[in-house]
Amino acid sequence: MGDYLSGLWTVFETYNVLDAFWVNIQLTFWAGLFALALGTVLAIMRISPIASLRFVGTAYVNIIRNTPLTIIMTFMILALVFQLALELSSDLTTSFFRFAIVGLAIYHASFVCEAIRSGVNTVPLGQAEAARAIGLPFLDSARLVILPQAFRGAIAPLGSVLIALMKNSTVAAAASVTTETSSVMKVAIEFNPNYLLEIFGVFAIGWLILVIPVGLLTTWLSERLAVKR
Amino acid sequence: MSASVLFDAPGPRSRALTNLFNVLGALVFLALLGWVVYILQLKGQWSWTLWGPVFGSEFWLYYVWPGLQNTLRSAAFATVGAVVFGVVFGMGRLARNRLLRTASGAVVEFFRAMPVLLLMIFLNLAFARLMPQVEDRPFLAVVVALILYNGSVIAELVRSGVLNLPRGQGEAGLSVGLTEGQTLRSIQLPQALVAMLPALLSQLVVVLKDSALGQIIAYPELLRSVQRFASGNNNPLQALLVAAALFIVINWLLTVLAHRLARRLSSRTAGATRVVQTEAAVLPGGAATGVDGPDDGGPRPTAEP
Repeated sequence: MGDYLSGLWTVFETYNVLDAFWVNIQLTFWAGLFALALGTVLAIMRISPIASLRFVGTAYVNIIRNTPLTIIMTFMILALVFQLALELSSDLTTSFFRFAIVGLAIYHASFVCEAIRSGVNTVPLGQAEAARAIGLPFLDSARLVILPQAFRGAIAPLGSVLIALMKNSTVAAAASVTTETSSVMKVAIEFNPNYLLEIFGVFAIGWLILVIPVGLLTTWLSERLAVKR
Repeated sequence: MSASVLFDAPGPRSRALTNLFNVLGALVFLALLGWVVYILQLKGQWSWTLWGPVFGSEFWLYYVWPGLQNTLRSAAFATVGAVVFGVVFGMGRLARNRLLRTASGAVVEFFRAMPVLLLMIFLNLAFARLMPQVEDRPFLAVVVALILYNGSVIAELVRSGVLNLPRGQGEAGLSVGLTEGQTLRSIQLPQALVAMLPALLSQLVVVLKDSALGQIIAYPELLRSVQRFASGNNNPLQALLVAAALFIVINWLLTVLAHRLARRLSSRTAGATRVVQTEAAVLPGGAATGVDGPDDGGPRPTAEP
């Protein structure tokens, strides 16, 4: 029993679980920020009355949404870093990390775009007609009537994109980021096969702690802020 | 575009402005495209020594086809398994027995919170320890991980599908003397499943995309197979673009099919048929998030029968 516990202790002394999760959190934060920016631009393009912008936005979403994230991440490293010799940092590890962020952002921007657009779709046409009927010009009706309702309708889908992004940050493993949780877990188990279940258990609990509060929070927020119709 | 909440029918002045921006937008986009083409030209990426192998029969016969077969094989097994898992645990979550309900809920929430890759890597290592004599362990790990995750998502779809049926359906079953279990099995579940079919098809897109994670645990699916080819020819850019195009075409066809099905089935069930294409269709805690729009040709989430 004493051997068992001290062995387990050594495992987690060697492999720092918190550091691994911190890498996933950083990936999620930066990729989320860029995905939100790019996704918002795409959503504006897709709901604009300008046909060429709409076409580009739709094409982006349909192409990226149907591509496996693993291919995007592999492409970042094999094609952009090695074949085209692009770099986002002189240090290769940092460069991998940043390309992983770019890949995650490109992929999730398409889902952010659709989440925002579905928020706009929750606003009934009557709201816009009412705004025009009382004489509001375009900008005022968008600013005061449509967009506030659209954002509130987009919270739940945006929350599920955030959760997907958190979990997908593990796919950075395909972009040679070796310090994130799934890669660290793999190495930890490979060198300590006796503690297979224990090591997985610790990482699993970590993910539950990370994901479930975000889910509960966005569900709560979306219900609290939902426009009751 | 159909009637938009955001924009009024344009007058002559805004029509002219729209046209102007239309042309400007197209020019900016073409300029961007041209810039990418130019950069690739600078780096010598248009040379036939790089593109040639990708159009050769060797690539398609010995790399793409076996890889694609493995991808489709794992996706097919995973989909069938996930539907079974989803129906069993979805019914479990609707059971009267509290213990059964809580246990099913815990299982479903657990697997929905796990990254599929983490699960896949764990299963691969666990199988290596439990059954080292089995050859096809990465295949098993891919399939089981996909079943556990997508099955949990489907379980939520089943649950919300049953709960979103009109109350009268369940009440009618009870009033003709069926027990609650019989009502669920013979009245509510069949309608919920028909309503779910389009959502299931778009879940198949998720399964197909996630099967590419098998690359990381050395399952010889399409991506890994193509990558192996590329490392021999030093053309990962070209080869990966082809692999991505294949995935895009298959998934796009599935999405189109899902939308068609949603329209056709809407008369067959009291439930709302609709296509949800996200990474995670339902939030933990139960808020369903429909990502849908009239532009996709799908029905709007607010459509009431």
